[in-house]
Amino acid sequence: MSDFVTFILAIISAMLIDNVVLSRFYGICPFLGVSKKVKSSLGMGIAVVFVILVATCVCWPLYTYILEPAGIPFMDTVAYILVIASLVQLVGLFIKKYSPSLYKSLGIYLPLITTNCAVLGVVQTNTDTGLRFIDALANGLGTSIGFLVIIVVFSCIRTRLESANTPKAFKGLPIALITAAIMAIALMGLQGLFAGI
Amino acid sequence: MKREKGQTKKNFLKGIIQENPLLVSILGTCPALATTKSLEAAIGMGILFTIVLLCSNVLVSLLRKLIPDEIRTPAYIVIIATFVTMVKMFANAFLPELYSTLGVFISLIVVNCIVLGRAEAYASKNTVFDSFIDGLGMGVGYTMALCIMAFFRELIGTGGFTFGQIFTFIPYTALIIPGAENFKISVFQNPAGAFIVFGLILAVMAFYKNRKAEMKAWEIKQAKLKAAEDAKKKLEAQKANVGGQQ
Repeated sequence: MSDFVTFILAIISAMLIDNVVLSRFYGICPFLGVSKKVKSSLGMGIAVVFVILVATCVCWPLYTYILEPAGIPFMDTVAYILVIASLVQLVGLFIKKYSPSLYKSLGIYLPLITTNCAVLGVVQTNTDTGLRFIDALANGLGTSIGFLVIIVVFSCIRTRLESANTPKAFKGLPIALITAAIMAIALMGLQGLFAGI
Repeated sequence: MKREKGQTKKNFLKGIIQENPLLVSILGTCPALATTKSLEAAIGMGILFTIVLLCSNVLVSLLRKLIPDEIRTPAYIVIIATFVTMVKMFANAFLPELYSTLGVFISLIVVNCIVLGRAEAYASKNTVFDSFIDGLGMGVGYTMALCIMAFFRELIGTGGFTFGQIFTFIPYTALIIPGAENFKISVFQNPAGAFIVFGLILAVMAFYKNRKAEMKAWEIKQAKLKAAEDAKKKLEAQKANVGGQQ
């Protein structure tokens, strides 16, 4: 199988089969917190895609070319979280300077991403499992697009749930979690998609 | 400053019941869903989490006058990340099964909102002892919430409990209800089951909260009615009094 095919397969598998939110449980906090409106969930999703891609591009070389040769691979978590926190700040400043309109729509979500486990989770698994750079990139891309798709779909369902006649005890978060469970069951049906390849 | 009697106990208990980080504040949901497949893994996660929370609370509280206000968040994150790395290495060395079961979720304690939240909201303003007790209460509360979730997931998903697979120092014991293998619902071991159990637990909590609020409203209404009746009686008595005088 050529590298390109593996790249595409890795993206799709990280996006749908091993979905970041519904089967790996990264980023549940923004998934539940920012999904009340479609517009804000779209903003959050795009910001996450952006930050995960940049973080993957920075952290993988950081681990492979600096931490490992220096003999301190156990410092990875500390290094990653610092890189992610400063990256988020930097990206925020950069967008503010060059595209104020984008900053206006993404700005409030950027600080939230520092504590989004999806970013640290992806970066950490990339180096923990010893992926090549191209595979790490595919993992990052697939994971973040998976997050974007799921959070947007979920927010669409949630806006309709608001007006649905749910039992009083289930109003709000409980029914949202049950909805997420049904979505997770739907995604479970995709397991074994690549069994034949 | 003089301490009130029973304050320490109250401080400890608030993390378990009134301000339970998982079930009331809905914080730290990622590990709560991911590591509650079995009771043993949940206990392991809870213990590691409590250690990190205790250490970070104590250190943040010790350094609370040294850390400038502007850079406090990065400073807290570095403190937390350091303790997480230590706990991770400890687990890797002494409890390799726990390490491989929890996987990346040990590292993800760094971005757990509870630890940073307690550092920011409590430890940075209170004494070392208070912060220690607060961390202990929050940690125990979180562990208990994890155990409640894992209890239902393992019981319904596998029909019983197995111990000794993760904590290898205790002998392997499987407590399976006889005949339950035929009735287990394995979806509760899958990610979907985690969402269902968490949703149902929150619904039960909301149900009791609603009922409590309704009872209170009913009591207030009853008290108001009684007060109105009393006032009416008083007025009538006054009227009768006035009538008698004339």
